[in-house]
Amino acid sequence: MADITLDPPPGPETPAAHHHPADAHHATATGVSNEKMMMWAFLGSECLLFGALISTYILYRHKAVHGPTPHGLYDIPFTSVSSFVLLMSSLSMVLALAAIQRGDERRLRVWLSTTAMLGSVFIAGQIYEFTSFIRRGMTIKTNVTSGAFYVLTGFHGAHVTIGIIMLLSLVNLSIRGKIPQARSEIVEIAGLYWHFVDIVWVIIFTVVYLIP
Amino acid sequence: MAVTTIPSPSPAGADPSLPTVERPAPARLLKRPSDTRGIVGWITSIDHKRIGILYGVTAFTFFLIGGFEALLIRMQLATPNGKILTAQVYNQVFTMHGTTMVFLVIMPMSGAFFNYLIPLQIGARDVAFPRLNMFAYWLYLFGGLFLYSSFLLGGMPNGGWFGYAPNTSITYSPGHNIDFWIFGLLILGISSTISAGNLIVTTLNLRAPGMRLLRMPIFTWMALVANFLLLFAMPVITVALFLIMFDRQWGTHFFDPLAGGDPVLWQHLFWLFGHPEVYILVLPAMGIVSEIMPVFSRKPLFGYPVMVFSGIAIGFMGWGVWVHHMFAVGLGPVATSAFSVSTMLIAVPTGVKIFNWLGTLWGGSLRFRTPLLFAIGFVVMFTVGGLSGVTHALVPADRQQTDSYYIVAHFHYVLFGGSMLGIFGGIYYWYPKVFGKMLDERLGKWHFWLTVIGFNLAFGPMHILGLQGMPRRIYTYSNSMGWNLWNAVSTVGAFTIAIGTLVFLINVRKTDQHGLPCGDDPWDARTIEWTTPNPTPEYNFLELPTVHAVDDFWHRKYTEDDAGRLVKVADSAQFIERRATADDHIHMPSPSYYPLVATFGLPIIAYGQIYRLWAVSIIGAVILLGGVFAWGLEPSTEPPDPDEIAASHEALELGAGEGGTRELAAAPSSASAVAGSATAGSAGSATAGPSSEEPTDG
Amino acid sequence: MTTTPPIPSTAASGGPATATDPATDASLAAEAALIERHEHPSDGTYILIALALAVVTAAEVGIFYLKSSSVTTVVLLAMMALKFSVVAGYFMHLKFDSPVLRRLFVAGLVLACFVYSVVFFLFGVFHV
Repeated sequence: MADITLDPPPGPETPAAHHHPADAHHATATGVSNEKMMMWAFLGSECLLFGALISTYILYRHKAVHGPTPHGLYDIPFTSVSSFVLLMSSLSMVLALAAIQRGDERRLRVWLSTTAMLGSVFIAGQIYEFTSFIRRGMTIKTNVTSGAFYVLTGFHGAHVTIGIIMLLSLVNLSIRGKIPQARSEIVEIAGLYWHFVDIVWVIIFTVVYLIP
Repeated sequence: MAVTTIPSPSPAGADPSLPTVERPAPARLLKRPSDTRGIVGWITSIDHKRIGILYGVTAFTFFLIGGFEALLIRMQLATPNGKILTAQVYNQVFTMHGTTMVFLVIMPMSGAFFNYLIPLQIGARDVAFPRLNMFAYWLYLFGGLFLYSSFLLGGMPNGGWFGYAPNTSITYSPGHNIDFWIFGLLILGISSTISAGNLIVTTLNLRAPGMRLLRMPIFTWMALVANFLLLFAMPVITVALFLIMFDRQWGTHFFDPLAGGDPVLWQHLFWLFGHPEVYILVLPAMGIVSEIMPVFSRKPLFGYPVMVFSGIAIGFMGWGVWVHHMFAVGLGPVATSAFSVSTMLIAVPTGVKIFNWLGTLWGGSLRFRTPLLFAIGFVVMFTVGGLSGVTHALVPADRQQTDSYYIVAHFHYVLFGGSMLGIFGGIYYWYPKVFGKMLDERLGKWHFWLTVIGFNLAFGPMHILGLQGMPRRIYTYSNSMGWNLWNAVSTVGAFTIAIGTLVFLINVRKTDQHGLPCGDDPWDARTIEWTTPNPTPEYNFLELPTVHAVDDFWHRKYTEDDAGRLVKVADSAQFIERRATADDHIHMPSPSYYPLVATFGLPIIAYGQIYRLWAVSIIGAVILLGGVFAWGLEPSTEPPDPDEIAASHEALELGAGEGGTRELAAAPSSASAVAGSATAGSAGSATAGPSSEEPTDG
Repeated sequence: MTTTPPIPSTAASGGPATATDPATDASLAAEAALIERHEHPSDGTYILIALALAVVTAAEVGIFYLKSSSVTTVVLLAMMALKFSVVAGYFMHLKFDSPVLRRLFVAGLVLACFVYSVVFFLFGVFHV
């Protein structure tokens, strides 16, 4: 439990006695920090969420009654580049973490910003892709396939966007000196979220785009 | 460092030896709340015990509302051709009755017990994320209020608690009724998922030394399984709700057969959630019963490890039976047979529990106090409900039973006769721990018998009505059906339950007004939550315990002689901790406004979506984001005094600082003395307030 | 990371701060501590892994342009699973972290795969 200390019986003490370096391993029963475990629990739960969305797409992939369907409109080279960008953002994320674990706050900010930028490029690619689909007549309500497509990729895109906001917040915090080496875990946890969003895309890219 | 405060004038009757709480307010945008008294104290509390009480009181209020809806239903159906409710209103009433009882009563009631008890049962001071805990509660309250606001905004949800498509599509449900249902459940779902994650981390991570998993109290075990079920089931209904929302709001066709959609997909997604949900509803009550029975038989729980593993088995197997809600949909013989078998199999771990409860009672020195009565009531009623459940597992039989009153009988036996009776037992059992007083035993027994008799009168005959062909969800029936007698009996039963509930309310009031403080271990209990004084102090344990066995507290009090007879070795009083004094320095996380602020955002977003007012939704989103950001930047605990602030700034350079995401702050461990008790029932409340400290040495 | 100082032992409560059976949980805690301190792949390793992932992605796209069959589908899914595991194991550090975290995540993953596969069967996706 995070913030509870049980002080020794009264006696002369100095204030410093009550401060502990930030990464003193706190005594959780499993040895894992609360925050990290919470993030992994959340990611486990997200598997069920994205699983339902992906399944809906798979079930409806051939059920369109009319109208253009995604498969007819995909630009696989374009989306491959998008996927590559997101994959590389995972690399920059992990480099950001490695940097702060070494104590390099400047590099942390560089790699975090890079990650946010790559994520934004991905989102820009999604927006471009969606607007081109819409221009060619495929909207969310055109048919069940298009609906499932947009809902799935839309949820994913929303997750990426929230991730970008988190990353930029971390950059901001770091600028204000609030993320020293001892507090690297917060970067790790944001990284877990970011990588998860990336691996969901790995699945989406294969299942939705590549498999006919 | 002992930081003494100049005690604020205490309310009359407060014990002057009680230490005072000091929570100084550093300069911030919103001054950090520091007062634990009064409404503000309750609204900004992050104390798991207060949050548990809030959950309990709110859930009980919704129980009364849902019960009122039930009485309306029963009045309408008491006679053929009833004129009390029109068909349209009836649809709203039965939908809200079900939605309320499931999402606003039983789940949060379980949440009340989880919140209050889990930290105490594992030897912790609070949950892993206290502010998140607070957020989850307020989301629940606001979600429930949001749902019920539909009453004033055009009509309450009317598509059944299960919201089957395409009935809930915009074609067949124009108007906003279903939209309130969708967004209300989405908000409640977020609350449940957050709470589940929080409690899982708490249970796994915050156990006291020696509290191995297989030494945890059985209630905490059942709670852990239920919380895993919640964590994994809520996302599925979340997706289902989004899909129907998109169909209604944005013109998609997920459940429209003409466009290639499939209404059966709704059923799959809903019941994929819905079946684990029913185990979420019953496992906590099973845990409660498993706590009560050993105490009132003065014997250990029969087969503790088996009880744990059967609970886990139920949790796993619960994911493999959902299609039994769809036996009449036409999925084909392979599917229905497979799920028929899996449904029969899941009766096994449940049956194991029933036998273990009997084994617990067998040969015990039974004290038939109210908690035990309710626990036994659970076992009997749940067995009946379980037996009718087994009959549903037989597909040909279920073809007749499904959508009839036979099913209504089944689920009320397991959910009311099961979960609610278990919950009432838990209320009577842990009342002294929470409030420091025991509910009146005579009134308790009246409550029990009126409830059980009324319950069986209300729902027993429904088995017959169902087999006689009475369908569910009909607002009236004609005189010639032959259903008059049992419907009338059922209505009498419903009102008997209502009288029993009234007796309970009288009991609560009487105890509050005239109840005498009871001792600290009034039941001679077994688990470590009873080693703290009653009512529980704010800090829980003076010193975090070290645990050596299951039922650790019991083993410190008793041992067995060679003949197996209980021998008392020590008095409870030796192990009940004394209350903290000003010399104890126990640091607790600070209260906060921001989770409450953030909570306002979500219903506002929802209203904006329902009425297509994007500006409103954006305002809601800003409030939510703003609240969350402010919460993240706020340290989980406030530094206590100027010297500490200076020292903590220095530590900030070294990285021990505050700020960043929530719950990450170092504990600039202050010597905030802690008040004796901050719970509702106690006389001397924590006095807090702007404290000017004089740092002293020791 | 929360910076809780370890709960100091007092005379009364005694005992170390690890909360469970020394055999299992001291080892879990020790393992976790070891991992935190020592086992981080270097930057170079991460870059190599990322390059490998890029190569696999390129291969996937290449296969897409082949005539599709059940074989290509299986291969694509296998490559997807490979990328998934590599990112989870290395970038998310699951391979090196406490088993508790792996179990938490895999539980959700396996459950999702199981229930949704059953739904596919029920909808005839597998043409059974």
